[in-house]
Amino acid sequence: MIMGKTLLDKIWDAHTVRIEEGGRCVLYIDRQYIHEVTSPVAFAGLERRGIGVARPAQITATADHNIPTVNQHLPIEEPESRRQVATLAANCAKYGIEHFGVGNPRQGIVHIIGPELGFTQPGMTIVCGDSHTSTHGALGAVAFGVGTSEVEMVFASQCILQTKPRTMRITVDGALRPGVEAKDVILYIISQITASGGTGHFIEFAGSTIRSLSMEGRMTVCNMSIECGARGGMIAPDEKTFDYLRGRERAPQGAAFDAAVARWRELYSDADAVFDKEYHFDASDIAPMITYGTNPGMGMAIDGTIPQTADPKALHYMDFRAGERLLGHPVDYVFVGSCTNGRIEDLRRFAQLVKGRHKADGVTAWIVPGSKGVEAQARAEGLDRILEAAGFELRQPGCSACLAMNADKIPAGKYSVSTSNRNFEGRQGPGARTMLSGISVAAAAAVTGRISDPREVFGEA
Amino acid sequence: MSIPKFETFTSGAVPVEVENIDTDQIIPARFLKATERKGFGDNLFRDWRYDAAGRTVATFPLNDPRYGGQILVAGRNFGCGSSREHAAWALADYGFRVVVSSFFADIFRNNALNNGLLPVRVEERFLREIFDEIRRDPQAQFTVDLDNQRFTIVSSGHSSAFEIDAYKKRCLQNGYDDVDYLRSILPQIEAYEKTHGAE
Repeated sequence: MIMGKTLLDKIWDAHTVRIEEGGRCVLYIDRQYIHEVTSPVAFAGLERRGIGVARPAQITATADHNIPTVNQHLPIEEPESRRQVATLAANCAKYGIEHFGVGNPRQGIVHIIGPELGFTQPGMTIVCGDSHTSTHGALGAVAFGVGTSEVEMVFASQCILQTKPRTMRITVDGALRPGVEAKDVILYIISQITASGGTGHFIEFAGSTIRSLSMEGRMTVCNMSIECGARGGMIAPDEKTFDYLRGRERAPQGAAFDAAVARWRELYSDADAVFDKEYHFDASDIAPMITYGTNPGMGMAIDGTIPQTADPKALHYMDFRAGERLLGHPVDYVFVGSCTNGRIEDLRRFAQLVKGRHKADGVTAWIVPGSKGVEAQARAEGLDRILEAAGFELRQPGCSACLAMNADKIPAGKYSVSTSNRNFEGRQGPGARTMLSGISVAAAAAVTGRISDPREVFGEA
Repeated sequence: MSIPKFETFTSGAVPVEVENIDTDQIIPARFLKATERKGFGDNLFRDWRYDAAGRTVATFPLNDPRYGGQILVAGRNFGCGSSREHAAWALADYGFRVVVSSFFADIFRNNALNNGLLPVRVEERFLREIFDEIRRDPQAQFTVDLDNQRFTIVSSGHSSAFEIDAYKKRCLQNGYDDVDYLRSILPQIEAYEKTHGAE
C-alpha cells in the first residue's frame, strides 16, 4: 500500500531536483525575497566568484529592516543603515532584480508585501534570508528562512541544498472565545510545545479554528512557526486563499488564474498521510495571551500567574517574580506592527478598539504599518484619523521596533507591550523588556498604561 | 572558492552554560549593518561580554582568562531565533571552530556548516560531563575527530559520537563549497526547469 502524502511532501518532492548521499536535497526555489541586511555579503560572494544571478526575474527585493519609520522622504541619517540600503539598490540595479526601495508604493516588510502583491502563491517554494519567511506558508507555500550562504546559493543556481524536515501537524478545533485573536492562538501553541518543540519539523496548521481565521490571521500564525523552532509552517489553501489572491497584481490573471486555482485545489494532505508528530488543541482553552519571559514560549493567559517553574534568568532580566500576576503592571511603550501584526486587519482592529478612547499619559506608542499598501489602505479607510483622535500617530512602514535596527529602540529597563514576534533579551534595544501580545492586549495597555485584560477594558467584542 | 578544510584537532573549551541562546545574544541586531563579512567577532555575545557602559563583564566566560580554545560549549537549543548568518560569522571570526551543545536550532546548524564551523550535538548527560570536566579543570582538553565523528574528553578518554550528513562531512573534509557544487550541476537544474514548468 502506498501511504498518502502530506502537503509538505507534495510540494517538496515536486521541487526536488536531486538527492545527495546522506539525504540532502537540491531543492528548486520558485521565488526568493531579499532585503538589505542579509543580502550584501551574498552579492559580494557572486562578485568574488565572477558569476551572475541565475534567475533575477524570480527574485524580489525591498528595504525594511534598517529604515526609519518617520520622514522617509529624507536621506537615512544613520550612515551604516544608509549604506546598507544603498548597497541593496545598487546590487539590484546591477543584476536586474526588481527592487521596491524606500518611497516606492510597493515597499514594505518583505513578508507583508509578498502576499499583498500576489507574488506568494500556493504550491511554491519560497526562501528569504529572514526566519519569518514562514509567514508565506499561510497561502499553502513551502516557505522558510535561510542564511546568507544560502541566499548566495539561490542567486547562483536558483536552488538550495537542504535536508527535508520531518512533518508535524498542529490541529486546533473549536470556536475561539470572545476577544481571542490569531496571535493568541500561536502564542498559546508555543507556550504549550516550548520554544524548541518544533525544531527539525515543518508544521502544517489544521483544524476548524485555523480554517476560520482570515488570511491575515493565518499569516500571523504561520509567521511565528520559527518561534517554536520549526523550519516553517503552512496551511492548505482553500476558497479564502483563492479569494485573497484573485486580482492581486502579481498573481495570475483571468483564465490563467482559474487554471492555477484548479492546480492549487490539489494541495492538501491526503487523508491517510502520516505525520512524524501531531498535536491537538482545543480553541476554548485559549485566552488573550502575554509573555513574561525572554523567549516566545514563556507565555501565559493575560489573567494568569507566572509559573513557579519559570526560568530565573529570564525573570531576573524582566524583573518579575514567579507566582506574580502581570495585570496592573505599568507599561512604558506599545508597539503595533511587524511581519507578525502589521497588516490592514491588525490596524483596523487596533483603531476600532481605541476609537473614542485616549492613549494613556506616559505611554509611548508606535503604530507602524507593514507596507506602503497597508499605510495607503489605512488612510483610505480613515484609520489614521481615528488613531489621531485617540492620541496615536500612524508611522511609515518598516520592521521598526521589532528588532530595533533603526531609531525605534525601547530604552533599557523600560517595559514594552509588543505585537511583534520576539521577546529575547535586548531584542527591542539593549536592556529593553518586551512582553509579546496580540492587538487587543496591546490596545488595552495603550489606553490604560498598564497590563490589562482587553475583555474587561473593551467588553467581549 | 572554498572554506578551510576541517582536520582533527585538540583544544581547550569555553563553557557558556545557558540554554536557549538565541542569535540576538550571539550578535545583536544593531551590529548587522556591515556590507562586508568581517569584524563580527568583536561583537560576539556583545551584551553579555560588556555592560551598558562598555565595561568588560569579568564573570562572562569569554572574558575569563582561565578558559580558552577553539571549542564553545553551550546549553541546549543553541542558535535559536533569527536566521542571521552573522551569528556563525561572529563565532568563526572570534576563533571558534566547533560548538558543542545537546540541541541546535535548524537554521543556525546550516549556517554554521556553510562556514566551516562544526556543530557537535551530544546527549544532555555527556554535555553535563563536559561542563563538569571544565569546572574541574578550566584548561581541560577535548579532541574533535570529524573523520570518525567523535568528540573526546582527553583526560578521561570518554567520548561521544556525533551525527553529520555524508554530503556536508565531505564538504568540510575537503573544504568544498555548496555554490561551486550547485553551479556544477546547472545543466541538471535547467533540465528540471524545462520539465517542471518553473516560472
